Amino acid sequence: MSHDIKVNGVVRTVDVDGDTPLLWVLRDVLGMTGTKFGCGMALCGACSVHIDGAASRSCVTPVDSVGTSEITTIEAIGTTAAGAKIQKAWLDLEVVQCGYCQSGQIMSAAALLASNPHPTDPDIDAAMSGNICRCGTYLRIREAIKRAAQLNRHEG
Amino acid sequence: MICDHLTSAAGAPDRSPSPTGLSRRRFLRVGAAAGGGLMISFSLPFAHGQAADAGVFTPNAFIRIGSDGQIVLTMPYVEMGQGTYTSIPMLIAEELEVGLEDVRLEHAPPDEKRYGNPLLAGVQATGGSTAIRAAWQPLREAGAVARTMLVSAAAKRWNVDPATCVAKGGEALHAPTGRHAKHGELAPDAARMPVPDNVPLKRPQDFKLIGTPARRLDAPAKVNGTAVYGIDVRPPGVQIATLAQSPVFGGRVKRVDDAAAKAARGVRQIVRLDDAVAVVADHMGAARKGLAALAIEWDDGPNAALGTDDVTRQLEQATLGSGAVAQNIGNTDSAMAGAATKVEAVYQVPFLAHATMEPMNCTARVRKDGCEIWVGSQVIARVQAAAAKTAGLPLDKVVVHNHLIGGGFGRRLEVDGVIRAVQIAQHVEGPVKVVWTREEDIQHDMYRPRFVDRLSAGLDAKGMPVAWHHRFAGSSVLARWLPPAFNNGLDPDTIDGATDLVYALPNMRVEYLRVEPPGIATAFWRSVGPSHNVFVVESFMDELAAAAKQDAVAYRRALLDKSPRAKAVLDLAAEKAGWGERLPARAGRGISLQFAFGSYMAQVAEVEVSNSGAVRVRRVVCAVDCGTVVNPDTVRAQAEGAIVFGTTAALYGRITLKNGRVEQANFDTYQMLRMNETPTIDVHIVKNSEPPGGMGEPGTSAIVPAVANAVFAATGVRLRQMPIDTAALKRSL
Repeated sequence: MSHDIKVNGVVRTVDVDGDTPLLWVLRDVLGMTGTKFGCGMALCGACSVHIDGAASRSCVTPVDSVGTSEITTIEAIGTTAAGAKIQKAWLDLEVVQCGYCQSGQIMSAAALLASNPHPTDPDIDAAMSGNICRCGTYLRIREAIKRAAQLNRHEG
Repeated sequence: MICDHLTSAAGAPDRSPSPTGLSRRRFLRVGAAAGGGLMISFSLPFAHGQAADAGVFTPNAFIRIGSDGQIVLTMPYVEMGQGTYTSIPMLIAEELEVGLEDVRLEHAPPDEKRYGNPLLAGVQATGGSTAIRAAWQPLREAGAVARTMLVSAAAKRWNVDPATCVAKGGEALHAPTGRHAKHGELAPDAARMPVPDNVPLKRPQDFKLIGTPARRLDAPAKVNGTAVYGIDVRPPGVQIATLAQSPVFGGRVKRVDDAAAKAARGVRQIVRLDDAVAVVADHMGAARKGLAALAIEWDDGPNAALGTDDVTRQLEQATLGSGAVAQNIGNTDSAMAGAATKVEAVYQVPFLAHATMEPMNCTARVRKDGCEIWVGSQVIARVQAAAAKTAGLPLDKVVVHNHLIGGGFGRRLEVDGVIRAVQIAQHVEGPVKVVWTREEDIQHDMYRPRFVDRLSAGLDAKGMPVAWHHRFAGSSVLARWLPPAFNNGLDPDTIDGATDLVYALPNMRVEYLRVEPPGIATAFWRSVGPSHNVFVVESFMDELAAAAKQDAVAYRRALLDKSPRAKAVLDLAAEKAGWGERLPARAGRGISLQFAFGSYMAQVAEVEVSNSGAVRVRRVVCAVDCGTVVNPDTVRAQAEGAIVFGTTAALYGRITLKNGRVEQANFDTYQMLRMNETPTIDVHIVKNSEPPGGMGEPGTSAIVPAVANAVFAATGVRLRQMPIDTAALKRSL
């Protein structure tokens, strides 16, 4: 069956079963490999994308459930205000190691910052604890989110 | 790890690696680069001091300075998150007097003849925190030779004394006349200059780059989704496959009903192998659907009834007999007999999976006359050899494309996934990307070995140890991975962390018994030998301090008169952690101390234990002396990451078997530490000019006993098995 989905502002038509997880549509059908596969069960957050601005696990999101919602992926998150700040903070604080989980981390962090410009530590825990990083970059992720939030503050 | 262990096994008790002592001409060659410019070929050992034994000059690293000024370094290490691609170029940039941004790094192609180490049966590998230690001396020397020749070329051109010229900012300068010329412009002339016999290396106080935090060169692509890992490759026409391997190790496929799987939309082909079935499809969604629709009947084979308890019993039994002697100092038996008191304990550590965030995957295309592989690997030449053997092709018909690694930790030192991909690709037209599900990744990993350790110590009247006996049984990874390294019942990795302790122990015997569990493949795992031994040794040392009714730090300190660097990190960690300051009830601090991978490290963990027995690690203070620090930010990052990795193992890490099947499957049953559980981590670096030590691994082995000892301090309960059993802890509170 054919589905129209809107990815990073562009309507794409894909011909897959309706229950196909969005993750595989992005990666294998559309060739957008920035979104990562980690667990397939919404346990690790590596596959996180934004659906209408909310961080969502694409590995358990059937493509036919997306409808006309706006899907944003790591490839375009830098075009959003929160995403650009998060990416800059990630570089400023040298967050990444192997980097594999960082697409998902950045998507979760950008969604947090967009909805909560000045998150507290408990806010960060709540938003980020679904994202696993095996290299153990959590402390820097926390500091980077705070750094990005400071950029918010400087803008008033 | 491997090469370093081999060198240490060769016997040098001296812990300060010395320069190679080689004539420079023997391991460095200079000539004109293809396309103009200067080419320096040199030999980069996989750990310090090994080039000397290689005999014949076989360069494995190359610096090319083009006439356009572009500096390209080709070298055999791979980036897997540890920052190698940033730290290594710093060494050459430092001596060449150029900026880090002027050096581009290229990864070497697979070629065991050129890039492998003859001592290692030709293994081309990145692992064991060896990269910076191995590169430290030769890379700086190569850079200094290039600098000297560029300056000489400039002096000749200007007809001045070379001693009056210097290199600075990517140029040669003649200060008296103000003349200057860019490195690139001088490179063709420099290639014709004589190779200097002796070049001075910069003094540490003159370093401009080494020791300063450098931006990671691989970071930008990793924050915008453009970085390409093995799992991301998309050669034209690629199909996606996923697989089910025999749930019992050593089992076989008996019967497959694939009618429903074939009917699934997007499924193109079912590939049946001897011990696995793969579904080839247009995309992973369809492949997974097909896999779920397969009805596979397995012949479980000889391990059908195997359980973890069987392995444990086998190991326990083995430790009752004597093993190969790995260390023997003084006379342990008579010292034990004459001791005032005796302390005994049995420890166990579990099998552990790697659980790299990027699940195992490999893309392969097999044709009659050749094979192409796309993968992220720590052992690219082994990938090539395994693919060639599996496909029945000569080595030179196999092309390997190496990509970024989404977590190594030892898992990508193995090529089982490559063999699988080639086996499947042999049945498929065109390239096929074989992606393991997380469940396959965890249930068909090759695991950190399980060990059982039996320890006893004799204490004198003051409570100080006069005899130390440690006997343990478990798998030898190295005996499989590199058979020549296993000799007389011992291999240098498995005993690492148990034999050369920082403490002065007058009578000490360590014995090892190699016992391979049936059907279960074992593999290197971050911090390798020490991941097991340091937990056991440092926990038992804590037991001795407790038996002597002494403070755990003071007790260790009294044994460190001959290890000033160890004493310094112990003191630093204790001071920064506020050792001895009061904590609330059910909270405690634990210490650990180790020398491993060329670095001294002490850690203090602070934990709290809840009424339910749950342990929370609140804070970790890590003091490290890793010699000269090349990139301090990378040292911190590696310590932080390694501590999270080890804390995960201490709290959750356990692979168990029942009826021959691994009981854990995904991150719900094989848990990872998460953001909300992560302790604060303070890393304190001791500054000195000793040769650099490794930093990828030490933090992992050091944190586990620190946590266990902290739980003891908080509750009085000694944890002799990992991971922490919260139910047992609750019962004993």
